[in-house]
Amino acid sequence: MKDLLRFITCGSVDDGKSTLIGHILYSSKLLYADQEKALALESKVGSRGGKLDYSLLLDGLTEEREQGITIDAAYRYFTTDLRSFIVADTPGHEEYTRNMAVGASNAELAVILVDAQQGVLLQTKRHARICAIMGIKYFVFAVNKMDLVNYDEEVFIHITEGINALQRELNLHNVKVIPVSATEGDNVAQKSPNMNWYHGETLLSYLENIDVRDYAEEKGFYLPVQRVCRPDHSFRGFQGQAECGQISIGDEVTALPKGEKAHIRNIFIGDREAQTLSAGQAATLQLDREIDVSRGSVLEKDSGLKAANSVTATLIWLDDTPLNNGGSFFVKLGTNLIPGIVVKILHKTDINTGGHINADTVEKNEIALCRISFTDRITADRFSRHKTMGELILIDRVTFMTSACGVIERCGHDEGLSENRITEKTRSAAMGQRAVTVIFRREDGFTLSQLEKAEKRLILGGRHTYLLEAGTIQQETLREIIAHLNRAGLVVLLLAGNDGARSQASDNDTRTIIYSKKKKDEESIVDFVKNVSSYDYDISEKALYI
Amino acid sequence: MTHLDTLEAEAIYIMREVAAECERPVMLYSIGKDSSVMLHLALKAFYPEKPPFPFMHIDTTWKFREMIQFRDKTAREKGIEMLVYTNEDGVRQGINPFDHGSSYTDIMKTQALKQALSRYGFTAAFGGGRRDEEKSRAKERIFSFRNESHGWDPKNQRPEMWKLYNTRIHKGESIRVFPLSNWTEKDIWQYIRQEDIEIVPLYFAAERPCVERDGQLIMTDDDRMRLLPGEKPEIRKIRFRTLGCYPLTGGFESDAETIDDVIAETLSAVESERTTRVIDSDSGEGSMERRKKEGYF
Repeated sequence: MKDLLRFITCGSVDDGKSTLIGHILYSSKLLYADQEKALALESKVGSRGGKLDYSLLLDGLTEEREQGITIDAAYRYFTTDLRSFIVADTPGHEEYTRNMAVGASNAELAVILVDAQQGVLLQTKRHARICAIMGIKYFVFAVNKMDLVNYDEEVFIHITEGINALQRELNLHNVKVIPVSATEGDNVAQKSPNMNWYHGETLLSYLENIDVRDYAEEKGFYLPVQRVCRPDHSFRGFQGQAECGQISIGDEVTALPKGEKAHIRNIFIGDREAQTLSAGQAATLQLDREIDVSRGSVLEKDSGLKAANSVTATLIWLDDTPLNNGGSFFVKLGTNLIPGIVVKILHKTDINTGGHINADTVEKNEIALCRISFTDRITADRFSRHKTMGELILIDRVTFMTSACGVIERCGHDEGLSENRITEKTRSAAMGQRAVTVIFRREDGFTLSQLEKAEKRLILGGRHTYLLEAGTIQQETLREIIAHLNRAGLVVLLLAGNDGARSQASDNDTRTIIYSKKKKDEESIVDFVKNVSSYDYDISEKALYI
Repeated sequence: MTHLDTLEAEAIYIMREVAAECERPVMLYSIGKDSSVMLHLALKAFYPEKPPFPFMHIDTTWKFREMIQFRDKTAREKGIEMLVYTNEDGVRQGINPFDHGSSYTDIMKTQALKQALSRYGFTAAFGGGRRDEEKSRAKERIFSFRNESHGWDPKNQRPEMWKLYNTRIHKGESIRVFPLSNWTEKDIWQYIRQEDIEIVPLYFAAERPCVERDGQLIMTDDDRMRLLPGEKPEIRKIRFRTLGCYPLTGGFESDAETIDDVIAETLSAVESERTTRVIDSDSGEGSMERRKKEGYF
């Protein structure tokens, strides 16, 4: 049975990515007759003046056809005599870089198009860099539109030099350069009679024959547990996919992050019993004794995997809202989903030169090296060592948007955010805010309904708050209540009279602040509270590392 | 691992993630071959446990009779919970595929699905959609988000990296999950053969009563079928490549009686699968995308 190659096409706008894939499908007789008919009809009104416009095969969204561009990655499937392929055709516009990164994350090989008339552009570099970050090891640079430069070998040689420089800069593992014309079909599926100076393979033939497995060797065996299967009292199995290596009945495994050991009693691959489990297979494992294993645990053998509570990762920022120091997110890593904080943006990477830039914020489509702390110890590793344990995404805690993806460069085994006991610091970190009490005096004209409105806006903005009215509660009791609320990590808004305010704020407590600004509108209140309760990195650094 | 092993493991991984992270999942069951494959994968994914979610069929009341028999038999034999939902308002108003054209599909399928998902409060629904079926599907994520009115925003899809699926949603929102996204029609057939999966007999050629209409063979499955003047049902040896509501599903003449015959025929097919669905060619290019934005699966 044939194996499967997953690849992407990328490169700058109008370098002809969709056209190239369209041509492979077309010339390999991989289109159905009705699709071919539709293509001929649509091309009549398209930008190629009646000639077949192969890109129409891929740009499937109405908006894409109207604008003549690719917005999101399109997946196509084809099979030749030698191999099955899944290709993601990705957008070239900088605006849609995140959709290009989506395609790259699941690809083993990248076909990067370079316009022969333009050479290596900034966007070519951006895409190559992102592919390299996402772990792609095999690159084909297809120098396209050779027909428009008279199939000139000199042009090709010149561009190849630029690509070689890029290879050295990004440390690309395996690079192949092929001169093609996607519209005319030169060296796509058939050898071009127009470029006799090129003696290498055609693009399709290269894709059919390249072996991408040799690089994938990882150390040991590991399986991140997705769920515990417990149909009745007599059966307890752990379900997940083996990521590397293999394991057999009787082998001893360690359950991370706790580190307890047990032997494999039974292996099910799907619904069939098996002696051995290998990388890539979905399995249910039974152990010979009861140990603490749940979703997020990792069963491993000789992998060298460890638990970490902070990591340094290269992030690709995907969200419209920029990243700031101290940003609080849900982190998904393996089968774990836990709160975490971007403690520090160490530097951004210049897309063009690869140089480091100091920064306090990271905008959409930018790349940055960041330190991230978790609220607990989880299994993690360098991306280069155990790929699955080195991939992570950050999820916005309010919008639930996937804000960033990242690969781990280093793991930290310091104290991180996790301690033996859950403390105010831990809770505060988990909520991504500093637990303070802000007192509003009735004498200054504040009312409950005004504070209610302000609280609503704070909550919608991601703060965790509690609004309290002093009323008839005794000062001592009130002080205790507030202390408890703060210890729970909450921001307290207290409406009190002059006396009450003085009594609550009297002890030299930097955590309790009386609102004394002149502006008393809702906007100013919200800004002020946000400001004094922000979990900025100075505080978190002190809290965590001093 | 072979290509099919890889696809199987990927689908199982996706199903387990949904079961572990989503509050109230359901698997949509359309009785077709893709649903049969999905059900088979779900039984494998959680074995020896039964799939930890119910299955649901949106019944337009116009399905082939053999489909309904197959559905009920499958639910019984596999021991799974099968919910059946019909838009009763539509039934009361007499909505049917003959008089109401594309609004029939909207009312009896799209609206019915939305009603059912809201009524049961499902937060995630598995569907058998594949990216090779249609161009706008080719762009859709495996975990595809729907707003409170079940609409899809193709221009603003959440990035989906590696297999780190983001399943977080707000109240009222839901996710459609397509574990077969990366399968092709050929993969489906080859997997059915490899795993010996039972499918509705309508996929295999047999002598059936039908009429020829607009170049398609429509089976006269029961006496509700309205014949046009001059039409007279005749017996022909036909089979179906996809299954739906019988008055809207075109069959074609074939001698493929076994799974091997069907695979051989599929491999040499010159028309893509959806051409036998009358609804797709209804309103031209982009119509599938529009229906999906409105909440069609």
